[in-house]
Amino acid sequence: MFFQQLVEGLGAGAGYAALALALVLTYRFTGIVNFAQGELAMLATYVAWQLVESGMPYWVALPVTVAVAFAAGVAVERTVIRRVETGAGELTLVVTTIGLYVLVNALAALVWTSALRAFPSPFPDAPAGLSALGAAGVAGLVLGAVALVVRHTGLGLVMRAVAADPRSARLAGVRVGRVLALGWGAAAAIGALSGVLLAPTLFLEPAMMTGVLVYSFAAATLGGFDSPLGAVAGGLLVGVAETLAGTYLGFVGADLKIAVPLALIVAVLLLRPRGLFGSAPVERA
Amino acid sequence: MSAPWAGPGAGGPAAGHRRLAVGEVAGDRRRAWPWRRTGLAVLAALALALPFALPPYRLFQATLVLVYAVALLGLDLVVGHSGQISLSHGAFFGVGAYTAAVMIAKLGLPYPLTLPAAALVTYGLGLAAGLPALRLRGLYLAMVTFAVAVVVPPLLKRFPAVTGGAMGLPVPTPRAPFLDDDQWLYLLVLAVTVVAFAGVRNLTGSRAGRALTAIRENPAAAEVLGMRPATHMTSAFAWSAMYAGAAGALYTWTVGFVSPDSFTLSLSVTLLAGAVIGGLATLAGPLLGALVVMAVPAVAQELSPAAPGIVSGLLIVLVVQAAPTGLAGLLRRAAWSLAGRRA
Repeated sequence: MFFQQLVEGLGAGAGYAALALALVLTYRFTGIVNFAQGELAMLATYVAWQLVESGMPYWVALPVTVAVAFAAGVAVERTVIRRVETGAGELTLVVTTIGLYVLVNALAALVWTSALRAFPSPFPDAPAGLSALGAAGVAGLVLGAVALVVRHTGLGLVMRAVAADPRSARLAGVRVGRVLALGWGAAAAIGALSGVLLAPTLFLEPAMMTGVLVYSFAAATLGGFDSPLGAVAGGLLVGVAETLAGTYLGFVGADLKIAVPLALIVAVLLLRPRGLFGSAPVERA
Repeated sequence: MSAPWAGPGAGGPAAGHRRLAVGEVAGDRRRAWPWRRTGLAVLAALALALPFALPPYRLFQATLVLVYAVALLGLDLVVGHSGQISLSHGAFFGVGAYTAAVMIAKLGLPYPLTLPAAALVTYGLGLAAGLPALRLRGLYLAMVTFAVAVVVPPLLKRFPAVTGGAMGLPVPTPRAPFLDDDQWLYLLVLAVTVVAFAGVRNLTGSRAGRALTAIRENPAAAEVLGMRPATHMTSAFAWSAMYAGAAGALYTWTVGFVSPDSFTLSLSVTLLAGAVIGGLATLAGPLLGALVVMAVPAVAQELSPAAPGIVSGLLIVLVVQAAPTGLAGLLRRAAWSLAGRRA
């Protein structure tokens, strides 16, 4: 029983980890929390559902979906975020992403209605435990790929330069705008994976990612907001904590599970604000 | 954020610290027409005449506009004056509304008591949410408040014996000692609104308010000058939560019914949209924003159930990009250009 809960928590945690990774990537590049990240993921999941529904095999639909999400992320950065990115301040940017959140949510409800839809599992024949472990494996793979690109390629070097200091990077000849668009695209693609991983258990609906976003905030805060490794570890931890609390703490139950991440965020902020893997902030005025 | 007095014709440094009216020159003895005071007087007369001119349903809507204006005043303390983001003002509004509802319907207390009680409860809640988040960075406040907004509705459903659960809680509305019930209620809400506006006006002009502005514009410089950003911002956040809670109590008096689904995340987002669209860090902004909060869903709902979301989402993105000063800024600019042409 306990072991089964643990594995189930890991499966949910994989989804949170992927979205948290997407949040951390955007944070590293733009210095803000993208409130629309979950909704972009939800939109991508609808695309995947539509593709599978129209007869495309699951493992073909998945890369197509990720590519569409990547393009959508780039498009959002180029059309909406770009206009407020330079010098407008955090407030404007975050409010813009909140506007996007509302807009995307309403558009999805308009196109696909708010009915619950069943979403196929990536491993239809495997028992629940194995498919949960598979999901956790996918999250680990994505993290590995991101780390590989960021640490060991020329592109990764450029990305790190832009994240560290856009102005200096531009002076050194980096096309900062393109790199930022790429970062947003990558974040959206990783977010899409999160939607696809979670949709079989959560069922597909426009409000699907709202709760997930809260879990991912907790995951990113727990792991440290500037650490990709922390995001994934935090996501898995949050998934397990949430499942165990829902099962063994009678007061929490199924309907108050959503309070677990809030308690986690507050606890982390009070006890260890930089998270498990994050670096302490250095202020330079 | 540009200084609100930097219009054409405003006195330069040579004119001393007194703000001169449009077209007036330093040393000028001509009396300028007091536009500002006239405007306020007309507004006051209109507000007082409203309950005797409007049919009951319109009066109900006007009362709700005032209720939302109080909530937006509070939200503007956080978003406009401190430059932070709160997504939990819908939840604070709901907690205030439920505090009033439970006190009236379950405990049988007289309704005037519920306003200070709701204010007190939400002040404490605001302090509790702001304390961990604002010690660090604004980033965390946005996340914590988002989580609070998501958690509050299921929490309200969890204790059906007290809150009535998912079905909600009907509440008897205040009886009028004279006038009609709805006219009395409107005037009551109007009185609270006027006090709330006066409170914010004095607060932003005070030492604490100027400290907030300084911290918003340059936290490092403000800290060097001896202001503690965390202390000022946390207390501003608690005050603003208190405004939202008080508005919630007024909502209960007005509507006479509370249910968890009225106070979801989408209310918080709608309030944020109202604050941004109305105009940040102005006194006219919350009132204009409250009109938007009231009007957009009502108008858009007729097109499609998804339309309010699309309209408010688009409005947020467009206003932030094209007119960051909001409706209040646009109106002010229009007024200045009219006045400039006349002078």
